[in-house]
Amino acid sequence: MSDLSPPPHAKPRLTRDHLLGLLRQMVRIRRFEERCGELYQQEKIRGFLHLYIGEEAVAAGVMGCLHPEDAVVATYREHGHAILRGVPMTAVMAEMYGKAEGCSHGRGGSMHLFDVGTRFFGGNAIVAGGLPLAVGMALADRMRGLPRVTACFFGDGAVAEGEFHESLNLAALWKLPVLFVCENNLYAMGTRLDRAQSQTDLHLKAAVYQVASEAVDGMDVVAVEAAARRMTDAIRDGAGPQFLECRTYRFRAHSMFDPQLYRDKAEVDDWKRHDPVARLSAWMREAGMLHDTDLPTIERETEAEIEAAVAFAEAGKWEPVEDLAKDVYTREVHP
Amino acid sequence: MIDADITVAAASRMITYRDAMREALRDALLRDERVFLMGEDVGCYGGCYAVSKGLYDEFGPDRIRDTPLSESTFVGAGIGAALNGMRPIVEIMTVNFSLLALDQIVNNAATLRHMSGGQVSVPVVFRIPTGAGRQLAAQHSHSLEGWYAHVPGLRVVAPATLEDARGMLWTALQDPDPVVMFEHVMLYNMEGTLDAAAGPVDIDRAAVRRAGRDVTLITYGGSLFKTLAAAEALAADNISAEVVDLRSLRPLDAETVLASVARTRRAVIVDEGWRTGSFAAEVSARIMEGAFWSLDAPVARVCTAEVPIPYPRHLEQAALPQPAAIVAAVKALMGA
Ligand SMILES: Cc1ncc(C[n+]2csc(CCOP(=O)(O)OP(=O)(O)O)c2C)c(N)n1
Ligand SMILES: [Mg+2]
Repeated sequence: MSDLSPPPHAKPRLTRDHLLGLLRQMVRIRRFEERCGELYQQEKIRGFLHLYIGEEAVAAGVMGCLHPEDAVVATYREHGHAILRGVPMTAVMAEMYGKAEGCSHGRGGSMHLFDVGTRFFGGNAIVAGGLPLAVGMALADRMRGLPRVTACFFGDGAVAEGEFHESLNLAALWKLPVLFVCENNLYAMGTRLDRAQSQTDLHLKAAVYQVASEAVDGMDVVAVEAAARRMTDAIRDGAGPQFLECRTYRFRAHSMFDPQLYRDKAEVDDWKRHDPVARLSAWMREAGMLHDTDLPTIERETEAEIEAAVAFAEAGKWEPVEDLAKDVYTREVHP
Repeated sequence: MIDADITVAAASRMITYRDAMREALRDALLRDERVFLMGEDVGCYGGCYAVSKGLYDEFGPDRIRDTPLSESTFVGAGIGAALNGMRPIVEIMTVNFSLLALDQIVNNAATLRHMSGGQVSVPVVFRIPTGAGRQLAAQHSHSLEGWYAHVPGLRVVAPATLEDARGMLWTALQDPDPVVMFEHVMLYNMEGTLDAAAGPVDIDRAAVRRAGRDVTLITYGGSLFKTLAAAEALAADNISAEVVDLRSLRPLDAETVLASVARTRRAVIVDEGWRTGSFAAEVSARIMEGAFWSLDAPVARVCTAEVPIPYPRHLEQAALPQPAAIVAAVKALMGA
């Protein structure tokens, strides 16, 4: 697990160490994904690749509020979530390559990162498909008397799906321990939020289902973390599901195939002025909490971690074709 | 896997398919505290086909869990609960409504094990009433078992007998992977004798329900008794028909089918699905692949007419496979 895992009910402490930890986590995602973008150009990573760059504050803010026994359900834009959850970067990168050493043994790829060890349950590429799963996982925890939280990440696009509404209703009706994290980056592929939703204040939709909800500046990792901490504390106190809308923005294309015809470069540049990494660094610097050597150290260590991950993936093996039919069933089944 | 701890020797008793299924549910709920039943109106209402009647009072609202009308989400929640240590039984009112949950069943239940590289299993059982015969018209009467049987990662079973209604559920619950269990709605009132010691049965093998020499009739689920009736009628004409009840559609026990066809040299498949792209087509293809040189005649199929199931009784019955059509198909093969 990350060094951000707090003891139960810890209050957020804005110490230098804590903030440096958040900064480091965001940088790890940013640089990892930049490297993934390059590897995609080199055709090392294939298929779909959805970069999270610009949105790092959401995963970094939320993930540190989770305990090892909690569970995470995420989307196809989940590399950052997996890494911050503690899935080794080596195994994540090998999965991006499709190698047998990948965290899903190569069968999932970028959109389907799984790691039972850190209770990371995907990696779901059906928009809103993970919400019912999260509700069911929380139901199981409740029925088994286990005081665990299931954190479920999804985009603004998912809010338009029926499963969103059904899941919020069910979680609220049964008071299940789910943290719904809506990563509202204003676009679902090329469809801007106001072209898809009659009500663009998404947290209001959760409120209608009696789910405690809040919208935060998703470019501000400290704000995200503070809200996520309040909400996970509330869930652990038995308050039922909570809904956190993080208003954020993706700096990159939806996937590697997207020419971004639907938005102006000026809009992207405007949002880049709120870059969560730059913003936290600037804020820390002003407060005298960021020393000159801090960022270079983080960058250097991150680069080493990433290069080790790339080397690991490069050295990884392709599963033999004879194993093609493996892992369809748990027991041997011959259809 | 199949515990035989219900060995109280006793006489057989009269029981309906519905009650046998309820006994299986009750047994599972008593034996494994991880088991719970979830679905629309399974609790207070008693189940739309009254299968779970009384269980709400006995086991309470936590384990006999009424859900809002939200097939996709309660099916998905069953999958999530299975991922996280429970053994859910999810009832979907009818196969037509299961289409609202097809995403969860096909995109999650069937794929999670594979996409995770074998890290997770999804031990959930979906119980889905299926089939026509109650004049419920075109949105409550279809037979889509073949669609589910198409999907790797799922197991698909169709209990047709009282023994299987009583015995398949527990075995399905012991399976680490998702099992879709189809219960034909015309079977619920079927009454017969069941051994008092009846318990879990396998869910892998087809069963020869009637032995015969001249032709193999292959079927499953609600068509079994029509097929047996046809076999009886054929016997009167000195045609000896063997009847194979597939029991499991995925995996398909081709071995039993092929062994029978190799002996009888003729095959007729009876399937309440529509003919085009039907499960019967799959069975036919398996016979072509595995027993072509044993055949004395082309494989024949008796399927539902290619029409959404109509409301009026005479048209509904005309659409469905019937003993007379099965008899006629066999006679055509025999040149009789
Ligand atoms: C059910 C479904 N419909 C359509 C798609 C195609 N698709 C993939 S991502 C996406 C946009 C989703 O947007 P959002 O939920 O806001 O997430 P974001 O990509 O912005 O993180 C769409 C339409 C899909 N994967 N699943
Ligand atoms: Mg979006």
